[in-house]
Amino acid sequence: MCGIVGLFLKRPDMRSELGGMFAPMLIEMTDRGPDSAGVAVYRGGESGRTKITAFHPRREFDWRGFASGQPSLGERADIKVVGSHAVITTDSDSVEIDRLEAADPDLQIMSVGQSIEIYKETGLPTEIAADFNVAGMDGSHAVGHTRMATESAVTTAGSHPFSTGPDFCLVHNGSLSNHNRLRDLLRRRDGIDFKTENDTEVAAAYISSRLGAGRSLKSTLEDCVGELDGFYTFVVGTRSGFAVLRDPFACKPAVLAETGEFVAFASEYRALASLPKIESAEVWEPEPAVVYNWENSA
Amino acid sequence: MNSANSNAVRIDLGRHSLRDANASLQGRNGSGESGYFRVVNPGGAHAIACGLDAPVEVDIMGHAGYFCAGMNKLARIRVAGNAGQGIAENMMSGLVRVEGDVSQCAGATAHGGLLVVGGNAAARCGISLKGGDIVVKGNVGHMSMFMAQAGRLVVLGDAGDSLGDSIYEARIYVRGGIGTLGADCVEKPVESIHLAELRKLLDQAGCEDVDAGDFRRFGSGRNLYNFKAENLDDY
Repeated sequence: MCGIVGLFLKRPDMRSELGGMFAPMLIEMTDRGPDSAGVAVYRGGESGRTKITAFHPRREFDWRGFASGQPSLGERADIKVVGSHAVITTDSDSVEIDRLEAADPDLQIMSVGQSIEIYKETGLPTEIAADFNVAGMDGSHAVGHTRMATESAVTTAGSHPFSTGPDFCLVHNGSLSNHNRLRDLLRRRDGIDFKTENDTEVAAAYISSRLGAGRSLKSTLEDCVGELDGFYTFVVGTRSGFAVLRDPFACKPAVLAETGEFVAFASEYRALASLPKIESAEVWEPEPAVVYNWENSA
Repeated sequence: MNSANSNAVRIDLGRHSLRDANASLQGRNGSGESGYFRVVNPGGAHAIACGLDAPVEVDIMGHAGYFCAGMNKLARIRVAGNAGQGIAENMMSGLVRVEGDVSQCAGATAHGGLLVVGGNAAARCGISLKGGDIVVKGNVGHMSMFMAQAGRLVVLGDAGDSLGDSIYEARIYVRGGIGTLGADCVEKPVESIHLAELRKLLDQAGCEDVDAGDFRRFGSGRNLYNFKAENLDDY
């Protein structure tokens, strides 16, 4: 069992409220996943600048010293330290992600893109939300996950969201049964490098490799129904979009709510109950094997 | 069901614990409450109004979570919103009425009573039904009435794939379309006794204007292993 939540704001003038609306949703799903939690938030971002979110288990890690030793980050990288994570923003168009990770065995890159930031940790969701100040985050959309591990270890790397491409993230409730075969195929055929033994990382890589090849989010998720075997409710984030897909068996729960101001997803309705004007929202259970997606124009 | 009863005891789930709320509804708080309850701020909580065994009336004013009205006996429970999975599961008797949609496994294993869903029911509606009745005014999802043994499901809208898979002696009535029929589920003629029982169920569900003659009937083809007398030789 895991809990997943997502919130997509339709109105740009509400972006300062994103975290305040989103944090209670994540915390409400603690019962479904008390061992780890993570958040992907889409905020800001300028074209020509790359944002890298990285994790280091040592709180006193010298992020500035690290960045100054990495020529591919350019001369003027901005660094914002948030708990065990740091957001590094640079004008450089030739960031060597592999080299960043190779420079320190404990450092992990969580996400790369223009607007995405991913924060994830092991521990209770309420503590993680406080540590990263999720309630204070602005942005256009966010997806989150509370984890009860089944297919791999309780580690930061095994926590969700998974990001396998620029500005892309996936959260997953369920378990895939053909992830080993699909991982082998993606390794051999597409040369994809996997960081964990986690089934969700395989689904994320499958989706992001197709998006990278120019396919639309909707058609890629429709392909998932045929290619992925097992149980899944997915919430996907891209720079401008937000999508939901459930397996054909509808094994894992899902609730969507929509108003003129937002679209919200949760594993259970109670995670939506704190949202403003939820009483007048359209609330429904997404159909199995049907892709639901929303895009903003920004 | 009287939804605006002025004598109702108000239970605010924003202030009271679920355990306290259910103890009051089950009459275990010893306060001699009237038989009418109004539960406000349900907030999608699980297991609201479970295990009631007296003819009380309960209005739940909003969306409910999993297993609402589970194991109900005699009580009349209304949800003025949606309900999560397992609404009225293992109901013995009474009436559970949901005004909105319900998630999967609505009415699962119910032995008696009537569940009325105003909107749609998701997958596996009436799974393993054991004698209860379910009327869904919208659609039902896939695998509905899987292995249902007794009781009736009436669907005013459409039914999803694998309807009535491995069904025993339960009966299914559908007014709209069918995705596919499950293993050993077959269409059967609608005869006068079926029209009469349909009429009664529709009236109980508040569908007096719906014509019983518009429904098709489905049930067991009695061809699976358990229906073959020669398989007794295996024992």
